[in-house]
Amino acid sequence: MKTKTLLKVATQSIQKNKLRATLTMLGIIIGVAAVIVMVAVGYGARSRIKDQINNLGTNMIVITPGAQNTSGVSQGAQAFANLKLDDIDKIRRESQYVSAISPVVVSRSQVLGPQGNWRTTINGVDPDFQTIRNWETQSGTFFSEDDVRAGRTVAVIGQTVANQLFSDSDPVGQTLQIGKVPFTVMGELTSKGQTASGSDSDDVILVPYTTATTRLSGRQFIPQILASTSSEQDIPAAQNEIKSILEESHKITDGNDDFTVRNQTDLAQAATSSTQVMTLLMASIASISLLVGGIGIMNIMLVSVTERTREIGIRLAIGARGGDVLTQFLVEALVMGIAGGLAGLMFGVAGAKLVGHFTGWETVVSPLIMLISIGFSGAVGVFFGYYPARKAAALNPIQALRYE
Amino acid sequence: MNDIVIQTEAITKTYVSGTNEVQAVRGIDLTVRKGEFVAIMGASGSGKSTLMNLLGCLDSPTSGSYELDAVRTEGLEKNELAAIRNQKIGFVFQGFNLLPRTTAIENVELPLLYDRSGKKRDTRALATAALERVGLADRLEHQPSELSGGQQQRVAIARALVTEPALVLADEPTGNLDTRTSMEVMKLFQELNEQGITIVLVTHEPDIAAYAKRIVEVRDGKIRLDHEVINRRNAAVDLQEAA
Repeated sequence: MKTKTLLKVATQSIQKNKLRATLTMLGIIIGVAAVIVMVAVGYGARSRIKDQINNLGTNMIVITPGAQNTSGVSQGAQAFANLKLDDIDKIRRESQYVSAISPVVVSRSQVLGPQGNWRTTINGVDPDFQTIRNWETQSGTFFSEDDVRAGRTVAVIGQTVANQLFSDSDPVGQTLQIGKVPFTVMGELTSKGQTASGSDSDDVILVPYTTATTRLSGRQFIPQILASTSSEQDIPAAQNEIKSILEESHKITDGNDDFTVRNQTDLAQAATSSTQVMTLLMASIASISLLVGGIGIMNIMLVSVTERTREIGIRLAIGARGGDVLTQFLVEALVMGIAGGLAGLMFGVAGAKLVGHFTGWETVVSPLIMLISIGFSGAVGVFFGYYPARKAAALNPIQALRYE
Repeated sequence: MNDIVIQTEAITKTYVSGTNEVQAVRGIDLTVRKGEFVAIMGASGSGKSTLMNLLGCLDSPTSGSYELDAVRTEGLEKNELAAIRNQKIGFVFQGFNLLPRTTAIENVELPLLYDRSGKKRDTRALATAALERVGLADRLEHQPSELSGGQQQRVAIARALVTEPALVLADEPTGNLDTRTSMEVMKLFQELNEQGITIVLVTHEPDIAAYAKRIVEVRDGKIRLDHEVINRRNAAVDLQEAA
């Protein structure tokens, strides 16, 4: 029999039993739709997390003072002022991979502006900080290398601070007072929203680190150094480089470092792999529905074979081979599987769009997933249709013709 | 030229169920020539159905030989038997056995779709011609449920004719029909036979058998009588008289 004829015979017999065929396909439809929604939502969650991590800064490396043992008593991390401005200069001079580096001298202080006062975090940083955190100014400019060298009292403020101290007026060029020291506002940063841990990224004032150490905290202690590389591939090399430079300057030979070097990629990978596991888990639960759908097909096909025993007998009597009958029923199962898959695909894509609409996540259904799910539902149909089809093909024409 | 369509030599068929052995056919020699119209008669349990299954290549004999249209059929594979049924035999059954919810023309086309001889044919045109031959040219797109019993049987006869078989095998073709429709169907068979088609008819009704040219009576799995029909009935005349 020609392929066209086979398809025609199969679709005809499905059309003759529309309701039953639809109910049979329901399992496949739900299964495929569920798998597609799960995968799309998983993708959305992953890209969302990636965005959040990129928001922290691109290719960022974080250097913090490490734990130190004093006579066997650990003082915990960041207890000692191990990192010096000299370390930063040394890394900037000697490293090949580090493209930007900045200390972060943190202090908290009461700030006074024309429209109010506010308590916020003051970060003493280098102009490189802007590159590392990938943070643009929405008005004004970032302070320069020159401002750092001269230790000028200039500041760049986050949106939250701007709102609190200047309300609606443009803060650039105005003056605010940190503690007792007046600062000129040079720029206002764009909004970065919440951090991954939930605090407000925009509630911050950036000043030259020289000014911060001399005029504000009065300490040389640096709780954190941020660095970045020009490309993601350079991060491991840069980390090793920073490690050896610091070990040299801190005169550490036993590998018992008094500092820690970490990067964002580790964090990103951990987060991504955990969502991947979740997606996989959800998708495998959804594929159980596909399995159930397949069993549904087998069930209906078995009933169908019994019900159509006489038809099979007629076909065999007028010269159909067992193989012809087998193929007919297999094609029928295949058509049902693929039709169910297509319907499931449509529901799945619609469902993914709906979830994307309500969560604001970017849900993407890749063509590969579409192909796989259609192919898989076809395979489910053939797999579960095989046994009933074989039963039909093995019928004895004489008995099948007599079947009432 | 060899004009023998059916030639059986001592064919037997034994069914084994559990420890019981039932000999349904116990050695039948039967020869049917081209153009014959044979009625096989017998009561139920006489073995005529088994004989019909054997002649129709739906079943293989336990022993003996069966040659159909110059092809030896014993020891053939299932698929080879299917091909013989497809190409050499046209079946007409008591219960019409048309595919439900399938139009007349599609039903008639069906045997051509299972033909593997590779001949390129216009199956639609052949099916249409076969339906015209049985007088149903105006019922091509009707489904069996929209046709009367007699019309359904005509569709079945068209399906049997469409492959131009060596033999038309009719198993109680009038069993489900009233007297008048039976006469119509028999008239069609007589016409087809006039056109040279070999027909073997299985029936238990002497009235129906009287339309054939030759009667073979089977009892207890053996041929008891094999004779020409004396006072052969003419269905066309009977129909006129009945009207």
